[in-house]
Amino acid sequence: MAFFEAVKLALSQIRVQKLKSFFTLLGVMIGVMFLIAVVSIVEGMGKYMQDDIMGKIIPINTFNLRQRPAVTIGNVTRAEWLSWNRRPRIKDEDIAPVVAALPPGSRAAVVSEEQLSVESKYVAKPKQVDASNVSYQYFAIKNLGVTEGRVFTQQEDALGSPVVVIGQDVATYFFPGVDPIGRELKVGHIPYTVIGIAEAQGSVFGQSLDKFIVAPLNSPLKALTNRHGVIDQIMVQSPDAQTMIIAEDAVRSVMRSRRKLMPEVKDNFVLETSDQDLAFWDKIKGYLVVAGIALPMIGVIVGAIVIMNIMLVSVSERTAEIGVRKALGARRRDILAQFLVESATLSTVGAIVGVLIGVGLSALIAYLSPLPTHVAAWSVIVAVILGAGVGIVAGVYPASRASRLDPITALRAE
Amino acid sequence: MTNELEEAPLSTTAERRAVTSVSGVTPGQEWAIVARGLKREYDMGGEIVRALRGVDLAVRRNEYVAIMGPSGSGKSTLMNLIGCLDTPDAGEYWLNGQLVSGMSDDALAHVRNKEIGFVFQTFNLLPRSTALQNVELPLVYAGVSGDERRQRATEALESVELGSRLDHRPNELSGGQRQRVAIARALVNRPAILLADEPTGNLDSRTSEDIMRVFSGLSDHGQTVIMVTHEPDIAAHARRVIVLRDGLVETDERRENFHERLSAFGSSVVG
Repeated sequence: MAFFEAVKLALSQIRVQKLKSFFTLLGVMIGVMFLIAVVSIVEGMGKYMQDDIMGKIIPINTFNLRQRPAVTIGNVTRAEWLSWNRRPRIKDEDIAPVVAALPPGSRAAVVSEEQLSVESKYVAKPKQVDASNVSYQYFAIKNLGVTEGRVFTQQEDALGSPVVVIGQDVATYFFPGVDPIGRELKVGHIPYTVIGIAEAQGSVFGQSLDKFIVAPLNSPLKALTNRHGVIDQIMVQSPDAQTMIIAEDAVRSVMRSRRKLMPEVKDNFVLETSDQDLAFWDKIKGYLVVAGIALPMIGVIVGAIVIMNIMLVSVSERTAEIGVRKALGARRRDILAQFLVESATLSTVGAIVGVLIGVGLSALIAYLSPLPTHVAAWSVIVAVILGAGVGIVAGVYPASRASRLDPITALRAE
Repeated sequence: MTNELEEAPLSTTAERRAVTSVSGVTPGQEWAIVARGLKREYDMGGEIVRALRGVDLAVRRNEYVAIMGPSGSGKSTLMNLIGCLDTPDAGEYWLNGQLVSGMSDDALAHVRNKEIGFVFQTFNLLPRSTALQNVELPLVYAGVSGDERRQRATEALESVELGSRLDHRPNELSGGQRQRVAIARALVNRPAILLADEPTGNLDSRTSEDIMRVFSGLSDHGQTVIMVTHEPDIAAHARRVIVLRDGLVETDERRENFHERLSAFGSSVVG
């Protein structure tokens, strides 16, 4: 029996009975729709994590030398946490040897950070912001520009001038209706002159990334972010991925030899990259994808049962037709194939409709919410194969019943 | 099967007034059908119904045979056996030189496809398919490719004067036209026998005559035709009439003087 004949027959059945087909295929459609939509959300979030979030926290080809990871997604055991706490801090004396070990083209910035209360004379209430003192390369590494004013210079950095570059939110909160440039902002009772307003960084999961102030590394802020001689991290950026690997190795061996770690001892510091942090995300994403597939499966299973039921009805309605076909020379496998193809076609059509609705739903979510959904090609392929598979599985029993009908009995049926 | 054949009671020949004796027949090309000692029993809820009790039958190529008999005589059972829709419990059946009794289901399907053209009382066309598609169906199962299929099906429909109705669905055709589509479908694969089961049972008498003319024309062109009917008028078109009773051949007569016998049969059985 020609394959396309059976497909055409199945498609004409759908055309003739649109409403019945719709209800038949509802389960598969809904299942596939959710599969596509959920996977597109997860994929979109992944892209969002990669491009927006991690890109802002740790730029490309960049790693941070730290005592412990700054970003911990997923589970960290208490023991792990405690062991992190026991590690030595990164010190001022580490800076020069680390920077000296870097391969050419790489640059480094020291960063110390703390949540600090800030006040200005234009607003009555002080407010907590992310305050950090950084070396001047910080702006280049983070590709952080200003919309107004300027970033600080190497000289200001070396001298420890009391100047700050502030985020958009800080500017709007502390300087309502006035130009912040040249005005004062007090941190720990020490006044800092605002010299620049940074470009808006947007937000991550509803948390603004524009609530920050940045002062030169040696400015008085240093006393508030870290106790003397200690720094939070050294940020190292390389021109490309290969150089970054060399830089990581160089920094690792410098730190290990400075700390006199024996070869069998693990690092007591981290070289944190965005990839590393994304590995956590990949794990979460794995769970989400499993959930995104498992839940639609319920719809698909229900859909399979409905399709099986409809195929059984179809077989009994068409008993006479089966008898005729057998009388005219159809073998068992011809009848079996006919109903299997019909059932597979039916549910594949359902899956395709589900894919279309799912893609639409995903576009709608992207339009109505901040989630940047992204329809994964693999999910479309899985959905269509799933549709055909469900049809075949659901069709096996009805089709084998049809194929085993006795032609004489079948011919007598009306 | 061979053993059962030997056990087959050929002695029952004495009980019949058979025109054609089967005992001397060798199955071969000149015989469309050779059947010896066909038996078929059904278990109807514990009660054994002996539908056929040892039927011998030989039909030459080009013969036009009507099988008659009152209900319960076994004519439907015989037709199912001749049509390879069923297999005998005992006996041998040769169709067009092939021993088909004892064949597997798939082999029987193949024989039905190649050797038998069915025409049913209720036409049994696929309602959603066009006349052309219906006629193409046996060729589909024969594995004939699309173009040749269409061409042969078109020719078959033209031969029953339905060349202008190729794309009509059964519900757009009259009863007579539907039956002619069915005849075209039966003939499209050039079968050894055309097997008709009450072909005029659902038609008015004028259309019935029409269909009978088609059958006669086919017979004149050399087609072997076997027709099961309970209507003497219809059976009268055949050149040989076999009457079954209680699972055995009661009479088997050629056309000579068969009108008298037919009316006698009509008054005794049908009337």
